[in-house]
Amino acid sequence: MSTVITGAQLADGTRSDVRIDGGVITEIGSLPAAAGERTVDADGLLLLPGFVDLHTHLRQPGGEGAETVLTGSRAAAAGGYTTIHAMPNTTPVADTPGVVEQVAALGEEAGYVDVRPIGAVSKGRKGEELAELVAMARSRARVRLFSDDGSCVADPLLMRRALEYARIVDGVVAQHAEEPRLTAGAQLHDGAVAADLGLKGWPAVAEEAIIARDALLAESTDSRLHVCHVSTAGSVEVLRWAKRRGIRITAEVTPHHLWLTDESARDYDARFKVNPPLRTGEDVEALRAALADGTIDAVATDHAPHPAEAKRSEWSAAAMGMVGLETAVLVVQAAVVETGLLGWPEVERAMSRRPAEIAGLADAARPIAVGRPADLVLLDPSARRRLSVDDLAGKSTNSPYLGQDLPGRVVATFFRGAATVLDGRVRDQAEVAAW
Amino acid sequence: MSDHLLSTRGFTRDRAVTLLDVAEDMADTQRRQVKKLPTLRGTTIVNLFFEDSTRTRISFEAAAQRLSADVITFSAKGSSVSKGESLQDTAQTLQAMGADGIVIRHPSSGAAHTLATSGWTRAGVVNAGDGTHEHPTQALLDAFTIRKRRHGDDSRGRDLAGLRVVIVGDILHSRVARSNIWLLTALGASVHLVAPPTLLPTHTEGWPVTTGIDLDAAIDDGPDAVMMLRVQRERMTEAFFPTAKEYASLYGLSVARADRLPGSSLVMHPGPMNRGLEIAGAVADSPRSTVLEQVQNGIGVRMAVLYDVMTGERAA
Repeated sequence: MSTVITGAQLADGTRSDVRIDGGVITEIGSLPAAAGERTVDADGLLLLPGFVDLHTHLRQPGGEGAETVLTGSRAAAAGGYTTIHAMPNTTPVADTPGVVEQVAALGEEAGYVDVRPIGAVSKGRKGEELAELVAMARSRARVRLFSDDGSCVADPLLMRRALEYARIVDGVVAQHAEEPRLTAGAQLHDGAVAADLGLKGWPAVAEEAIIARDALLAESTDSRLHVCHVSTAGSVEVLRWAKRRGIRITAEVTPHHLWLTDESARDYDARFKVNPPLRTGEDVEALRAALADGTIDAVATDHAPHPAEAKRSEWSAAAMGMVGLETAVLVVQAAVVETGLLGWPEVERAMSRRPAEIAGLADAARPIAVGRPADLVLLDPSARRRLSVDDLAGKSTNSPYLGQDLPGRVVATFFRGAATVLDGRVRDQAEVAAW
Repeated sequence: MSDHLLSTRGFTRDRAVTLLDVAEDMADTQRRQVKKLPTLRGTTIVNLFFEDSTRTRISFEAAAQRLSADVITFSAKGSSVSKGESLQDTAQTLQAMGADGIVIRHPSSGAAHTLATSGWTRAGVVNAGDGTHEHPTQALLDAFTIRKRRHGDDSRGRDLAGLRVVIVGDILHSRVARSNIWLLTALGASVHLVAPPTLLPTHTEGWPVTTGIDLDAAIDDGPDAVMMLRVQRERMTEAFFPTAKEYASLYGLSVARADRLPGSSLVMHPGPMNRGLEIAGAVADSPRSTVLEQVQNGIGVRMAVLYDVMTGERAA
């Protein structure tokens, strides 16, 4: 059965009906509903290509108490995502075809989003020996992104080899830029708040030095480099320099680094503990500007679910990370749309097109047009609400935004033409399958 | 009166002076033959020590006992806590056992704050040192000691306006330094920090202090008090400074340096001291040294703090 989304506003401001059938967009224009056709009233709503996340932690296998592929997929759908990339820091580590194929299969079975596994760069993410990048790329999981996320590939020789070797499959190494010797035991951005709180500082230079080094390695090997969760103003400067030089480098920023600062940690509330840490207001400003001018290509969530007890402790014992799939576009609206830095076309670029291009997903990178897969999100930018746990759809609730007022609402998400979210509610697996 | 004592940050001059005045009253009672007051009879104070500190623990025990509180000391090191029991479980256990006040010493910065604000316990919380964050009762006893030396029996009601205090050593890792910075400046003193650049936080611009790397220059400025911080020998292996010898020559309070201080300048140390490293033995034992007075004053100050917190108002 076909579906017509009526009266939707597209990112460029035009108003249109969109017909989807058989998982693809079949018509765009003024479309009277055919008999027996489903209609979705999108009057006053914004229709964008489904979001693509380059940085999701799904915790399965091994961490099912915090999240599973299924629950994380539901959280993704709730946030308007239709494609997510699952980081390999699972137990066992996703460093073999077997594990990445398992994660991809669980994603297919869940049926909410396209789950794309990221393969580990090194065996066991230990930073010592290369993992079988090509075998993972040629597996059914079709891995194109490789990362030891959570750990930096700190050894310059291994990093160089990974960059070179990934070229066999046109892969990209996504680096967690953190010089480990400069951040041993680090708890919070190395700034005035850390000084007050007596928390060991995580200096900006530990990120910036690795980005600069890796940019030069990528240049000298003519390889592609992607930088995960850029968090400092200095990193933005390095990226700007590297791009000007023609180095094949891309970068992502998280919603929380666009919105929150280290001041949030004043009460030692471990919901605000994350790696890289929340930085200063100047860093936030620089990251926003970099996203606006394209120096930073993409918004990526670094969705990092943790069970409640992992956060309910003294700061230094608490786990790092926050959930972010459900709230990403809301925070982006608050941080860069309502501040006038980005319009919706740029949001589409940062949350859908560029991340899809970086991951090598040609279809997902296409704008809304006839023939494009019907991976779509319908937003209500005029909504505003105080975030509560009811607004979260994953298994964990370690969101820093609970109790905060956020603009916008994901009204509906369509994955391969089927509504995974409708009227703001994540639909059951059976409902999705029966659409 | 207040519900907890977690930090000296945000202290007003009046709050600090009032607390020091109560400590004067408490100290007076300690000169009597019968030192015990009935003030906190029937209440239970738990000394919850996740980190060894015999001096601080004994000082708090004596303070609580002299206020007639029942005192339970829980040394978490080597107990179930080291086997993975969380701060939450420990706190809830103590709550179930009827603790009215908890004096906590913990290796993690912010642990006292987390305990006080978590809802795990309704007890009043006194921070007896949390990681590299704060040690507010140490700062109070330091301020008390400076005031007492300056004003003697005429101390009540006075602050430290106009006094210049130099704090020397491992500022980066010092909870004593942080608490003193806020408290001494709230009392009107000016604070100058001296340390090698490796042992100062990268960002001190938010602190109401001046900083420097030259101890000799700070000495020749003629400060009213020089507070020497303990240096952990393991800092050497982390490349904060090369050798004990070089540290002592650059940042140790030698006899020669102490002799250049004005006659009225005090030399302070929170203890335990590394004689010959950050402070020469002869300086520690000299008349200008307040080391033993600091220990002695600690009991009256902690009595004042326990009184203040235990009789303060808390949400039920």
